[in-house]
Amino acid sequence: MTGAQTQLIEGLNALTAGLILLTAFGMVATRQVQGVMRFFVVQSLFLAASAFLIGFSRGSIHLLALGAITIAAKVIGIPWVLKRTLPGDLYERREINQVINIPSSLLLALLLAIAAEFLVSPLLATTQDPVIHVNLPIGLAGILIGAYSLIARREALPQMVGILAMENGAFFAGVAIASDLPLIAELAIAIDVILIAVVIGVLTRNISQTIGTTEAASMSELREKPWD
Amino acid sequence: MGLIVAIFLPLLAALLCWLKPLRKIAWGTTVICLSISFAFAVMTAGQVLRSGRAVAIAGWFEADGLSALVILLVSFVCTLAAIFAGGYMRHGSHQRERSWWFYCNYNLLVFALIVVPAFASPNLVWVGVELITLFATLLVGFESTPGALEAAWKMAILTIMGAPISLLGLLALYWAYHSSGGGTAETWQGLYAMASTMPPNLLKFSFLLVFVGFGAKVGLAPMHTWLPDAHSQAPTPICAVLSGIKTTVPLYAILRLFSVILASPEARIGNWMVVFGLFSVGIAALLLLQVRDYKRMFAFSTVEHMGIILVAAGFATHAGDYGAVSQMLNHSITKSLCFYAAGMVLLSLGTRQISEVRGLFRISPFAGGALLLSSLAIAGAPPFPIFLSEFSILSAGLRSGHNVAVAILAVLIVVAFIAIMRQVNGMLFGEPESTTPAEPVPLSCRTAVLVAAIPVVVLGVYIPGPVHSLLELAAQQLGGH
Repeated sequence: MTGAQTQLIEGLNALTAGLILLTAFGMVATRQVQGVMRFFVVQSLFLAASAFLIGFSRGSIHLLALGAITIAAKVIGIPWVLKRTLPGDLYERREINQVINIPSSLLLALLLAIAAEFLVSPLLATTQDPVIHVNLPIGLAGILIGAYSLIARREALPQMVGILAMENGAFFAGVAIASDLPLIAELAIAIDVILIAVVIGVLTRNISQTIGTTEAASMSELREKPWD
Repeated sequence: MGLIVAIFLPLLAALLCWLKPLRKIAWGTTVICLSISFAFAVMTAGQVLRSGRAVAIAGWFEADGLSALVILLVSFVCTLAAIFAGGYMRHGSHQRERSWWFYCNYNLLVFALIVVPAFASPNLVWVGVELITLFATLLVGFESTPGALEAAWKMAILTIMGAPISLLGLLALYWAYHSSGGGTAETWQGLYAMASTMPPNLLKFSFLLVFVGFGAKVGLAPMHTWLPDAHSQAPTPICAVLSGIKTTVPLYAILRLFSVILASPEARIGNWMVVFGLFSVGIAALLLLQVRDYKRMFAFSTVEHMGIILVAAGFATHAGDYGAVSQMLNHSITKSLCFYAAGMVLLSLGTRQISEVRGLFRISPFAGGALLLSSLAIAGAPPFPIFLSEFSILSAGLRSGHNVAVAILAVLIVVAFIAIMRQVNGMLFGEPESTTPAEPVPLSCRTAVLVAAIPVVVLGVYIPGPVHSLLELAAQQLGGH
């Protein structure tokens, strides 16, 4: 591979990194359940693109396989299964209650992204690889922002998408730092992620059938009650 | 070879329980398969004692002292819980017709619990720990009551949230291993060998993420909030497994990674482990003082014991490590007994409130006796095994110069002891509120309780030679000096 090609691929990878961070902000800024879901699908597409780019430049079949699994599972599979199993009113025109309003949330997300860059900077000193310099901080930022949206939102489906977005972040960092992980471990991890999504989906359906709502805020029967 | 049988028999049992013609005898299948699996786990432990390690498939399934100890514990606790489940499913469950589904799921959980300590590669350990979370979530929500579903949801969100965090941590560990020339086949043994050449910053980063991610599954404070909910709402046999062993297995993974870090001369994190451990013990001791539900009480005591194990391992001396692994053993066997006792109280009285249980000795002497024995044992009264291991942890801390930590730990252990005994005292003695005779305790439950009580009573006064050697081997694996 020529130097110009390598540079082009690194440039494109940096572009997907920026877009992944942007979609993470998008998920924080959206109020509709369906909108959050759409941002997640787009983010998964960018993750697959990054896996393809790095897999191509390093000649790694594993990463190409991982990209294909990501598209099959997160872009097509999970949204389809959720739409089929969950009752329609969980999806349509549903506004999400948030503990913190959206402008402050975006500000916090920005701070988390900066914190991620700060946290990994001592690690980046050990390597010259430009792909790792891009993917590791953005991946960690994806995890932190996903964790934030999980905590701030009190509704089952967006919480689940938050977990999946955190996974996208971990994978995005992973394709750069562990690109030659044995295929079997990669496959096992990818299948595990799908299983997690299915189980949470089933649980969400049971909750909405039994309790009648999926607002996590209304599930507060169990806690330490003060003495009378 | 014995290791392979011990791992895969529960998987076979899950398949058998799922087959339609065999659904009626799911309980028998489960108990028989798990008992055989336990026998093979004992054989594996024997092999480890003789030759130092048991290798079933190199690079995949291997066991050293620490793994053999955890596998043995998983097998023991899960087999007894399966026996207990027979009585529970017939008398206490609202979902009797779905009992085959319960046993199928239960066997899958046992498989995941056994396979984690047997995996030779950290990345596969992650997969195993996530499988544990999945099956445990399904079992917590098994009764499908609003309370059970709420508990299952909280558990799923808080513990699965840890999954991507620990995944990034383990991938960073792989990066460190690979970039310092370790090749692509990453195993715990290879990590020990390479630890001194791996970048210490990267090791610390990896440990931090794995500690947060798996710590949520262990129930370390401040990520413990799901634990009392899940442990109070789940079916009783599942509580015994969750509290007794499901928290121990992710802790095993944390301790394993900690021992890799100890093998690196520059990364020093032992004191942080002590601080976080003390924080968990402190939170648990305070919550124990004001708890009103006896199943939640035992759940908080689990948080306390996990913290104690963390503190002991954080001392990073051989004596501390020996205390940590014996505390692991003693906590598992004692805590499962606690939940059997609590489960029998629930079966015979139908309430979980401490204030509504009075004069238990008169209502049901068997359940009362079991509750008294197990509470004394879990609170750490002599001559029970937890007293011995807590004492050895405190003295190990003094010898390694952690005087302040030992003082705080001793105070918190005493607070927890007083809290537990005050609550249990009220339940056991006094006048019963109603005179209606309690439901008799089913035979399978009595059997499980009697067998579970044997090691709790015996290990306090006499530790057999092989058990001592296994603990010694496991402590060496933790790598304290």
